[in-house]
Amino acid sequence: MAARLQRAAFRSQMRIPARGPAHAAFFEHGSVMVNSAIDMTGNPGRRQSERTLWAKLQGNRNWLGFWYMLPAIGILVLFLAYPLFLGVWLSFTDTKIGRAGEFIGFENYEWLWDDSVFWVSVFNTLLYTIVASAAKFGIGLYLALLLNKRLPFKALIRALVLIPFIVPTVLSAIAFWWIYDSQFSILSWSLRKLGWISANIDFLGDPWNARWSTIFANVWRGVPFIAITLLAGLQTVSPSLYEAATLDGATPWQRFRHITYPLLTPIIAVVMTFSVLFTFTDFQLIWALTRGGPVNATHLMATLSYQRAIIAGQLGEGAAISTAMIPFLLAAIGIAWYGLQTRKWQQGGSND
Amino acid sequence: MASVQIADVRKAYGTTQVIHGVDIDISDGEFVILVGPSGCGKSTLLRMIAGLENISGGEIRIGPRVVNDVPPKERDIAMVFQNYALYPHMTVADNMAFSMKLRKAPKAEIDERVGKAAGILGLDKLLDRYPRQLSGGQRQRVAMGRAIVRDPQVFLFDEPLSNLDAKLRVQMRTEIKELHQRLKTTTVYVTHDQIEAMTMADKIVVMHDGIVEQMGAPLDLYDKPNNLFVAAFIGSPSMNLLKGTIKPEGFVTEGGVTWPIGKHPADSNGKAAVYGIRPEHFRLDPNGLKAEVVVIEPTGSETQVVVRCGGQELTCVFRERIDAKPGENIGITPDTNVTHLFDAATGKRID
Repeated sequence: MAARLQRAAFRSQMRIPARGPAHAAFFEHGSVMVNSAIDMTGNPGRRQSERTLWAKLQGNRNWLGFWYMLPAIGILVLFLAYPLFLGVWLSFTDTKIGRAGEFIGFENYEWLWDDSVFWVSVFNTLLYTIVASAAKFGIGLYLALLLNKRLPFKALIRALVLIPFIVPTVLSAIAFWWIYDSQFSILSWSLRKLGWISANIDFLGDPWNARWSTIFANVWRGVPFIAITLLAGLQTVSPSLYEAATLDGATPWQRFRHITYPLLTPIIAVVMTFSVLFTFTDFQLIWALTRGGPVNATHLMATLSYQRAIIAGQLGEGAAISTAMIPFLLAAIGIAWYGLQTRKWQQGGSND
Repeated sequence: MASVQIADVRKAYGTTQVIHGVDIDISDGEFVILVGPSGCGKSTLLRMIAGLENISGGEIRIGPRVVNDVPPKERDIAMVFQNYALYPHMTVADNMAFSMKLRKAPKAEIDERVGKAAGILGLDKLLDRYPRQLSGGQRQRVAMGRAIVRDPQVFLFDEPLSNLDAKLRVQMRTEIKELHQRLKTTTVYVTHDQIEAMTMADKIVVMHDGIVEQMGAPLDLYDKPNNLFVAAFIGSPSMNLLKGTIKPEGFVTEGGVTWPIGKHPADSNGKAAVYGIRPEHFRLDPNGLKAEVVVIEPTGSETQVVVRCGGQELTCVFRERIDAKPGENIGITPDTNVTHLFDAATGKRID
């Protein structure tokens, strides 16, 4: 038996490197065919060396690859890199709307450093992102686990869960605006009818009320995306793993802890990266609900940047606020990348 | 180790009954194979023993204890799944140790038992690998290792070899049998492959449409099938079955050919019946029945010949080599000591 195992181990070791040379051989073969085809049509002589170079280029994977990539590079440069670098450049100028600016170095950033409103927006953004993402993850995972069970009308319930996600953000924000209205709020009305409060709650008028209210609206909107994505992940876990774990003596909690959670981590990493990025850069919901008020209590960096740059016309200063978001976003992506690194158990060749 | 008693067990999904009262006694240390075509209820029965399916009626005992309402983890059984169900995020060692870690066994004991199981199965060098890095046969062995580590009363196997290629299947068959001879643990094994059943089992239970057709030692089933279903299911190539009537001069088929028969009850004359003969029970005989050769398949050790006789195709297996070409006639004679007669209406064995 030992010999048999060694042979099997040897085979599985050989399998992985075996692919490389095979591909290389295929491409060499391909280039040889190109060479001979061209030699047949052209006449040998003075231009032989040029032709060979051209033929070599044609057979070269990197050269071909470059041309295939060009359209994508063009689109990325035009729509991503150019605006990004323009934004960064503007943040070093004193550009205003209707007036080309001059390079002023770090003056915008120095100005922001002493601006308490900017620091409030940084605090708000972090609070908003951390609290809302954590809540979305918790509720989303719980919902996904519930939806993965055998429920009556399962398909219908799964479809219903998606509704907050389908409604355009501005529409749901307006609905929340009414729900949070200082006079006509249905929440205040219901609680008053129940006799729990005597006066209307000022949801969007008080700084902390406004912060929690916007966070709640964001969570309501963000949960379906996470729930459905995690549900998709849950459905890839083979039921026989749960059966095997049950026979191994695992309680429902242990099955979640030792089977579901570890198998779900790659998807959790992806979905939470997206969630954090979207929440951090949120603009629509806040702008429709509070416009950053009251007294800047709900200004996020994105809304503050818009207000300074577009409404007030200080393009340079607004761009500086936007640029200040980049380090935070890079940090978030860095953490996610770390979480996304393929784990050991996902590597290695599969023999099926 | 323990015996397993299955008494009048039934299973219904809603109003659809899939198992109609099955009785099987499995004694301590026995290797029992449930075999049958897909949909016959064999896997459901196994999952009921494991506790993964509820029991709709009847009783299952493991040892002296009725386990109908005992949760799976307290039944003291271990199961090997068709797709192995290895935990992909755990190493081979962790896969095998999982059940012991859950009940917080001391580390020394875990290491000892895992080491022992790995030694038995030749997995020592693979303990740090992940399931993805293993071949099908190795995964199969890890799945068995996970079962061995728990030292259960009963091993349950659910078609464990059906995901392996033909060569590996033969090899693992031997290994499982060897393992059972070494550990002597009561084993219930489900398969649809009658060769697996014949080669490995102490006792075969042939199931069909939720009932037990016949139960017994492999060769008993082979030599004396109780009914047409078992006769056709057990054996490869399968038994030749001819329709016809029992007459004093022999068995007359619908094609008008008269076959010699051995002992049969005197009152069966004139009865519509089915005549069964296994391919290897034909003998070449120039004075025998004339049969036209259709296909010859030599395998070296024997020759399989498909012949046409009285409008019906029969499969014969001869030990000797045959020169005949397709289209030529050969003479064949059945060994009347080992022919079978079944009632055409009920399918039951006549003699």
